[in-house]
Amino acid sequence: MFTRDACMGAACLSLALLPLGAFAQAQAERYGFGTPATQDELSRFFSIPPDGRGLPPGSGTAAKGAKVYTESCAACHGDQLQGNPQKGIGGDRLIGGRGTLATKTPIKTVESYWPYATTLFDYVKRAMPFSAPGSLSNDDVYSVIAYILSQAKIIQPTDTMSAATLPKVAMPNRDGFEPDPRPEIQLYR
Amino acid sequence: MSSIPTPKFEDEARRLSDEMIAAEARHLAQRRAQEQECQCTEGMFPTPAPTDRRTFLFAAGSTVGAAAGAVLGSVARAADQKAPPGAQYFQVAADATKEQGRPVAGDGGYGSRSQFETEARWRFPTANEYSSWSMTPLDKMIGNLTASGLHFERHHGGIPTIDPSTHMLFVHGMVGAPRKFSMADLKRFPSVTRKHFIECSGNGLTEWVKPTLKTVQGTHGLLSTSEWTGVQFAAIAREVGLKEGGTWVLAEGSDAAVMTRSIPLEKMLKDAILAYGQNGEAIRPEQGYPLRLILPGYEGNTHIKWLRRLELSDKPFMTREETSKYTDLLANGRARQFTFEMEAKSVITFPSGDMKLPGAAFYSITGLAWSGRGRVQSVDVSTDAGKTWHPAHLESLPDPICTVRFSFPWTWDGTPAVLQSRCTDETGYVQPTLAQLIAIRGANGPFGSIYHLNAIQSWAVDADGSVTNVHA
Repeated sequence: MFTRDACMGAACLSLALLPLGAFAQAQAERYGFGTPATQDELSRFFSIPPDGRGLPPGSGTAAKGAKVYTESCAACHGDQLQGNPQKGIGGDRLIGGRGTLATKTPIKTVESYWPYATTLFDYVKRAMPFSAPGSLSNDDVYSVIAYILSQAKIIQPTDTMSAATLPKVAMPNRDGFEPDPRPEIQLYR
Repeated sequence: MSSIPTPKFEDEARRLSDEMIAAEARHLAQRRAQEQECQCTEGMFPTPAPTDRRTFLFAAGSTVGAAAGAVLGSVARAADQKAPPGAQYFQVAADATKEQGRPVAGDGGYGSRSQFETEARWRFPTANEYSSWSMTPLDKMIGNLTASGLHFERHHGGIPTIDPSTHMLFVHGMVGAPRKFSMADLKRFPSVTRKHFIECSGNGLTEWVKPTLKTVQGTHGLLSTSEWTGVQFAAIAREVGLKEGGTWVLAEGSDAAVMTRSIPLEKMLKDAILAYGQNGEAIRPEQGYPLRLILPGYEGNTHIKWLRRLELSDKPFMTREETSKYTDLLANGRARQFTFEMEAKSVITFPSGDMKLPGAAFYSITGLAWSGRGRVQSVDVSTDAGKTWHPAHLESLPDPICTVRFSFPWTWDGTPAVLQSRCTDETGYVQPTLAQLIAIRGANGPFGSIYHLNAIQSWAVDADGSVTNVHA
């Protein structure tokens, strides 16, 4: 096995070197393939990290969010945000479950498990509602997540969610994650 | 495993688990009905019988009486039996040497599999059929590569139909100059072609607490292997330039889930492939047509399909899929995050759950072994529940981060046996037992730490030859 691996290693090395050698003769610094992407083209994309970079203008409150929730979310996530496991739906439960993570029946919800409120904006804006992904306005997204966070008793019912306030929301399970400790060293021979 | 307390599942978990069992049972019932109809025992170990299909076809060519029977049989089938998925039905000739076959290219120029091959993926019965997954029939797979049409699927918002002539990949963020690439642009770059497995981190999620599904398709079917062709990310990085301080890359798909994962830049530069080819043709729609990110050895969900965007960043974005999903909640209530690597694992695919051995005889035990950290170094097989181990034969030279088929010659004496396989990879990591994994991570699955189950699988062979999924 050892000998075979050594041979394969050598074979791979020489294979890898061949094309490099060939390129060295004629390769320019860049191929020049593709075209510049303009700011305008990139403006339709977003991904919101925990510091809130890229959060759009706009704002919302739980009061307005309750209406958005009823219209766009309740069918799949339940009128009490309890989820809906019904066939053809399967919407996640959104609130509750605090204190269950270390039990035999952990309940993972926005309230009990999600570490960052910014993720909620990113995901709702990106992929919700399931029947019309990405169709909510920025104000509607801010509103509906204010409603969810308020129902989860993470923010006050009167709090306004916006680019300024959302990254400051303290999620209950913010410190519940740790980096991958694997490989688990006791499993080596 | 009696030391593990029986968990009380929440209702939803219980329902899902029950539905999974029911779905597999439906699939098995359907398979049995087909087998009864065609008088064959494909998939189980074929029991010698005059009505076995192979015997049948052979007989059809050798005696007049049987030939007449074959014609009648196939006519009867033509009336009420459609060809299986991916096949077309054709009448079987009484003697194929006595008449012309089908005309050349009569299939329109793209071939299909034989009408006698019925293996198919089945869908995991999640409530929602757009966010769901389907399993590869590992018990029926031959060799090492997975047929493209049988590659497992995991979708978060259905399968989009994307026109490659308008599809673009945007690369931006902490780069020298943001750039977009059409499919034609990407295909102009030098390409690489490599065989890699993809495994869903949820493969085997039903099996933590007790043996749940019957077949290897159910317990291990979120594993498939293909030859992937595409551009290395490193080539694209060179093209756009990298700003200092960038350490993560967000990959985004153009499906309804607009699926995103943050990937360490180090991994992207090491061996990430922007793949447009799979097993010699364009990547299949269910696998991300026209462009998929391949991250060798990383959990399947990070291999973003329908790839449209890569954003360089100095930190991870903490997307939904890397916080609320695909994190490993341990028994102590804390969760492991960014558990990317799929660790060394193996499984015996023959004999495996729900098969029946016809009697004491010689059997070639066979299965697959793989590791996300490199090559498979060796595979051992046990027929006595892990008391003694014997080296298996590797059927080909192992590729890095790729499955390899192994086999082991076994003469079964007809007494009960428990079959296991154990993989060691080139880093020296040895596939653990379930007890070892639980000792480290605790037991709160299913629906606690459900991911990254790479434990040794046990198949019990009863004295009557029936094979079942057990914890041993």
